[in-house]
Amino acid sequence: MKRFSLAVVSALTALATTASTGAAAEKVTLYCSAQEDWCQVMARGFEEETGIKVNMTRKSSGETFAQIKAESANPKGDVWWGGTGDPHLQAAEEGLTEPYVTPMRGELNDWAISQATSAGDKTIGIYSGALGYGYNKDLLAAAGLPEPKCWADLTKPEFKGHVQMANPNSSGTAYTTLATIMQLFGEDKGFDFMKALHVNINQYTKSGSAPIKAAARGETTVGIVFMHDAVKQAVKGFPITVVAPCEGTGYEIGSMSIILGSRNLENAQKFYDWALTADVQSMALQVNAFQVPSNKGAETSPSAPDLASIKLIDYDFKLYGSSAERRRLLKKWDEDVSVLPQ
Amino acid sequence: MIFWIVVGWVSFLVLPWYGVEDGLFAFEWLFDGYPWDADYAPAAFLIAQGEKLWLTPLILPLVAVLFCLGRVKSDPVYAKILILTGAAGFCWVFMQGFGIGLRGWQFEWLEALFGPLGDRQFGMGFGAMLLSSAFLFLFTQGIAARGAINGDVFVVSTIGLVIAIVTIFVFFPIAKMLVAAFVTEDGNYSITVFASKFFDDRIWGLSCLTGGPRCGVAWNSLFLAVVVGFLSTALGLVFALVVTRSNFRFKRNLRALTVLPIITPPFVIGLALILMFGQSGAVTKFVADLLDMQPSRWLYGLPGLMIAQTLAFTPIAFLVLIGVVEGVSPSMEEAAQTLRAGRWQVFRTVSLPLMRPGLANAFLLGFIESMADFGNPLVLGGNYDVLSTDIFFAIVGAQYDQGRAAVLAMVLLTFTLGAFYAQRFWLGNKSYTSVSGKGDSGVHPLMPRRLAIPVYVLAAVWASFTVIIYLMIVYGSFVELWGVNNTLTFKHYFTAFSFSFVEDGIRWTGSAWDSFWTTLKIATIAAPLTASLGLVTAYLLTRQTFVGKNAFEFGTMLSFAIPGTVIGVSYILAFNVPPLELTGTGIILVISFIFRNMPVGVRAGIASMSQLDKSLDEASLTLGANSWQTFQRVILPLLRPAILAALVYSFVRAMTAISAVIFLVSAQYNMATAYIIGRVENNDYGLAIAYSTTLIVVMLTAVGILQLLVGRINIGRRSGLGSK
Repeated sequence: MKRFSLAVVSALTALATTASTGAAAEKVTLYCSAQEDWCQVMARGFEEETGIKVNMTRKSSGETFAQIKAESANPKGDVWWGGTGDPHLQAAEEGLTEPYVTPMRGELNDWAISQATSAGDKTIGIYSGALGYGYNKDLLAAAGLPEPKCWADLTKPEFKGHVQMANPNSSGTAYTTLATIMQLFGEDKGFDFMKALHVNINQYTKSGSAPIKAAARGETTVGIVFMHDAVKQAVKGFPITVVAPCEGTGYEIGSMSIILGSRNLENAQKFYDWALTADVQSMALQVNAFQVPSNKGAETSPSAPDLASIKLIDYDFKLYGSSAERRRLLKKWDEDVSVLPQ
Repeated sequence: MIFWIVVGWVSFLVLPWYGVEDGLFAFEWLFDGYPWDADYAPAAFLIAQGEKLWLTPLILPLVAVLFCLGRVKSDPVYAKILILTGAAGFCWVFMQGFGIGLRGWQFEWLEALFGPLGDRQFGMGFGAMLLSSAFLFLFTQGIAARGAINGDVFVVSTIGLVIAIVTIFVFFPIAKMLVAAFVTEDGNYSITVFASKFFDDRIWGLSCLTGGPRCGVAWNSLFLAVVVGFLSTALGLVFALVVTRSNFRFKRNLRALTVLPIITPPFVIGLALILMFGQSGAVTKFVADLLDMQPSRWLYGLPGLMIAQTLAFTPIAFLVLIGVVEGVSPSMEEAAQTLRAGRWQVFRTVSLPLMRPGLANAFLLGFIESMADFGNPLVLGGNYDVLSTDIFFAIVGAQYDQGRAAVLAMVLLTFTLGAFYAQRFWLGNKSYTSVSGKGDSGVHPLMPRRLAIPVYVLAAVWASFTVIIYLMIVYGSFVELWGVNNTLTFKHYFTAFSFSFVEDGIRWTGSAWDSFWTTLKIATIAAPLTASLGLVTAYLLTRQTFVGKNAFEFGTMLSFAIPGTVIGVSYILAFNVPPLELTGTGIILVISFIFRNMPVGVRAGIASMSQLDKSLDEASLTLGANSWQTFQRVILPLLRPAILAALVYSFVRAMTAISAVIFLVSAQYNMATAYIIGRVENNDYGLAIAYSTTLIVVMLTAVGILQLLVGRINIGRRSGLGSK
């Protein structure tokens, strides 16, 4: 109430006196979970266009979720933009975010809308990216390995000690991998695949994109990650080849939510609508973000993995995003897979 | 005493009771509806308007305390009034603060007792904070007047103050966090949940001994911490000996070198190690070619962690040990020599035993640092899981499990407690005093030859290793893409630190300036506060006796022992809501640094102070100085190495800490390390390393300035070392 009345008071003063004093009150606090430079572009872009001050903090999606949850008694943030969809869905499920139906929906791809409907309008898709893997050409040649093309290739005995993926307990990317394999092969065969893969894994990293960075620096041959992360390494000049597995693959939907109890709700909604426009989503190209934008009119980088040519599964975000299913799968993976000898 | 009564009344009558949203240092409230607007009004005006009536009882102690004016100190009524009013006032401020929050009553039983409350309140501001400290000091003065600690007002007030703030900023948030270990999925409390989480096989499994894939994280962490503790203490001692007891010509450079690793931002050492020893690292490739083997990933896991942590924590051991090694009185060593002991015998039977407090404290710090280290296990851990990273990912991972994090944090704390008591046990009840008031001339003997040779070799090897790693780091900041495209460039520095001259001065256009200035400001504020609090605490712990001293000593170590992530989350849980609403401010960063880094000041202070003879204090007291004067004029000057260690350490850690900070940074207060980690996550190593290199240079300069300011210790009439 205090802060609200403060905002009202200063808004009135702004009307009565000059605009400059009022501008200080016009602000929005943005929690950003995409890469740093993209977050900067978004924050500065919105400031320039609307004059609303953006207080932006960048953290990974897991950290942001933990923070929003810890702050829930007295929320400090307004909008949460970017980061993989799972924590956004989890936040919606736990009632940490607020429903909002944007007028921009007509311009969005279907997958972005279905992300919103599966969370009761509490979140929406802003970009998407397919899962896959990347390998280091030089190391592959040095070890005399055949070029992998499918998921199944990674379980071949000659790849022992060459594959890296993140630990699904700690990384959303790796959990998406686990869920994708379940949906591709069915649960029983899926776990057989995970066991076979486990034998070849040289390290389960903590963070989701670490495997491809390791591959880029020549610390592992293959890294299982989102393809746009692999493309980024290749564009930077690392000897990485990106693979879309032949059996088909799952994908993530990067999302955006408005935090329940936002103190600048109107500005938060303004940002929300703005972030979904085609021009804004095209800005991803400036910062080498190779995700596919959710606005149909937005430009996509020519280096970005073309979702149309990749065999995508019909990923069940509702089921695999739910806390209960996640807990069950992770427990099973912990007990049946991670304890096996390598 | 009159001072504190005045402060109490002023804070009640004049200063705004609640926190002002724009921060403590914005003074707009003076012109904006003060004193009648409820947001800015002092408590007295609130009550006069019939608002926040639960503040009314505070008038009682404020009035009651006036009755002791005009009474003499020895009057028992005087003490009684002070104690009662102080305690009552202090308790009431906090009870109402915790009882009534943003949504009215905070506890259901209060609501049941008094019915729903139509009102609510926000975080404490100037008024509330000053009033509670006024009550606190009135209380301690009452205690002193009753004769506790010889009626020494300074000592009693300091004890009261330190206990109060350690309780608020260490015990309270940590307790809030640890409670989560007992919470079930549907939000109830249960012991069985705790047990099932605690006795998890992933924590305590021992299968690696019998050929299984891996052991529990608890054992992993314990083993690593013990090894690193020993290694860093040994290496720290080696360097301390070279610097103080040898004729080595480049001592100063060596000193700077040993300090380098603590001023290195996280991830950088790990990264450099990977580029040298990783699967595609230069050294690994070279050796593999030489022996005609496949390059392996040997670095990932225990070996890499051991190298990186020893590299990182040796300097801390060095900082603690140097003071102690310098402090061992030469006259004792000379006495032994006169009694015909050989140099080796003197070292083994006189010098080394006198260094025990230093060794024990250095080991303890190394152990705890290794337990709580986060950056190195993240980069180099491989499949060797440790507690600190597991705690982090229990909170931010795919499965938000605060309960598991709390349980793991408890395991970690248990180990720390164990190490703490082992240290106490080893030191025993012996006296390590060697600096007394008596004239103390002479110089330290050189190291015995039997010791000197291995010490030189070790120091040389380790020093050159450090030099190579840092050369690699500097090189890395000047190349296009480290390890792939080695074209030299200034690009990264331009992106981060470009600036341009415009009409009205310099425009800081680089993307790193913002976080750079914030970091510098916060570190500069935090360092002196941390050092003074740490040394005062050390003084209390070594020189005074009071009830609960042991528990208190352990308490000061708590926030250091817990990984930063846990501190970060527990600070959000504790300080995001009234009565202490601090998140999003710079103050919370300063506070978190003070309490995380204070223990180093405490440890260094204790180690040095246990060498100072208590008769020095007594002499000063007999000559009529009070305990504050004694502390200031006798003890502090003798503590210079400890002061320097505490200042340097707290300044540097405030600039390089990452894990606690990550939850506490906000848009206005972004820290350098949070910026760096963002770049590292993006594989933007060039920029991250360029920024780190800049920070290293800044910190080296700062350390140099500090060294000049604090000055060197000069005990006795020694002239230079080893001059014979």
